[in-house]
Amino acid sequence: MPLKRNRSGHTALAPYSLWAVLFIIVPMLFIAYYAFTDNNFAFTTENISRFFTAVSNIKNDDGSVTEVHTYLLIFRRSLKLSVISTVACLLIGYPLAYRIAHASKHTQKTMMTLIMIPMWMNFLIRTYAWMTILQDSGILNNLIAKLGMGPIRIIGTEVAVVIGMVYDYLPYMVLPIYSIMVKMDHSLLEAARDLGCGSLSVLRRVIFPLSLPGVISGITMVLIPSISTFYISQKLGNGKFFLIGDAIEGQYVANNLHFAAAMAFILMVLLLVFMALVKYATSRYVYGGDPE
Amino acid sequence: MKKTVSNILTALVYLFLFAPIVVLLIFSFNDSKSLSVFSEFSFRWYRELLKDSNTLVAVRNTLILAASATAISTVMGTAAAWGIHRLRSRWYRRAINTVTDIPMTNPDIITGISLMLMFVFVGRLFGAQNSLNFWTMLIAHITFCLPYVILQVLPKLRQIDRSLPEAAMDLGCTPIRAFLKVELPEMLPGIVTGAIMAFTLSLDDFVISYFTSGTGFETLPIRIYSMTKKTVTPKMYALATIIFFVTLALLLISNFIGDEEDETVRKRKKIKTPIS
Repeated sequence: MPLKRNRSGHTALAPYSLWAVLFIIVPMLFIAYYAFTDNNFAFTTENISRFFTAVSNIKNDDGSVTEVHTYLLIFRRSLKLSVISTVACLLIGYPLAYRIAHASKHTQKTMMTLIMIPMWMNFLIRTYAWMTILQDSGILNNLIAKLGMGPIRIIGTEVAVVIGMVYDYLPYMVLPIYSIMVKMDHSLLEAARDLGCGSLSVLRRVIFPLSLPGVISGITMVLIPSISTFYISQKLGNGKFFLIGDAIEGQYVANNLHFAAAMAFILMVLLLVFMALVKYATSRYVYGGDPE
Repeated sequence: MKKTVSNILTALVYLFLFAPIVVLLIFSFNDSKSLSVFSEFSFRWYRELLKDSNTLVAVRNTLILAASATAISTVMGTAAAWGIHRLRSRWYRRAINTVTDIPMTNPDIITGISLMLMFVFVGRLFGAQNSLNFWTMLIAHITFCLPYVILQVLPKLRQIDRSLPEAAMDLGCTPIRAFLKVELPEMLPGIVTGAIMAFTLSLDDFVISYFTSGTGFETLPIRIYSMTKKTVTPKMYALATIIFFVTLALLLISNFIGDEEDETVRKRKKIKTPIS
């Protein structure tokens, strides 16, 4: 009997196993294959080294010209903006998740539904709407003008790109932190208070350590899409702040598939290393045990 | 005092989340073409939207694609979850779990590029000039929907008492009947949530569709993308407003069903307790 059960399990799993190999594993191998070949599919490291060595000239404000590493600069900018956005999401999302988790059951449900509604709307349209709000002659500047103040320039600055990223990915930070907090054992908090912890100390020594798994998954869920985005930077950055996603998309449009694959490969390897480090740190410091 | 500050901050965050949505709701009813100065209330852009056949075709395409991807990924994913649950081999289970995580942790742009490269390569082998079409998009959508279905169904299977299907078979059920009577009803909530997630993910996907779509088959997000490359008219806002109210209605309905379900579960538990 157990043997038969096992066989039917394998039969049910077979289509998915085949699908996963064909459409998850093999395509990833194709990224590596394209990254290390030229247009005639001969082996080359040209594409990879181009990412690290390509240079271009940018004009400074005073008219002088500086030579920069094109793609390293783009990558550093992507990293900077996505890290800033992730930190901002954490600073906004953590207190918000805490606030929601401590509301009444009914309020919790309403507040979480409200967090999720924007996620159900097409992010292209939402990002575009931000563009019309932040524009030089947009709604925000119209309001500011009514208060008698001069227009502020937001579109085309890094601030606008960060606003877009925080807006689009904030729910991904709130959701995992909230779902951990709502399950937290309240008697632990009471015990800490009974034993003389002040509220700040309860937060630092009990609530925060317990919520760490949610924080970590929130960080990865915000960092990964924001480091690889290409629409937000095009619209809100006014095309001035090329990010790594824009660079990949640009090479795809220009049909330079091998170089696009090389950049995707580098991004993928870096993110895999990052995820492995996160996983190691989580099992080591959050759960206290040996990493599996 | 502390409470007031926290309420104000919370309200500000929600204002931030809903500002663009409110803006596009309001300006979809603007009579002029401006997206920042409101002149007069009108349904002009809704009428224009109904005349825009390209957008309507894109809406239809999106629904066809989402429905097909949902149907296939729900059936395949449910079977896979059932199979994974029965796996004895720890090695196989760990391999499957790792692979299932890949589409969820990889950035969309990498999933999209990787599938595109494979499709283009295979297409070239067969001498195709343009290898991206409806079918490549369907494959891509099934691929990114599958993990979500599996992850919704698996926990439901873990909740089932392992001896229950066996008891059913001891009492004379055929294995298929035992599956239909015992396991399937327990899996159903997971299957439904998984299918809803798959459907909404497929409807909303832009990045992966962008890389795997050909010229012949345009979905709504891709149509919106090409529209926002030029100057946008409030027509797109009218479309977004309609989508907003449709999803809002769906959310309210599913919330309502969720409440009903909680209620029946509670009732069932009440009956069960005295027996156990």
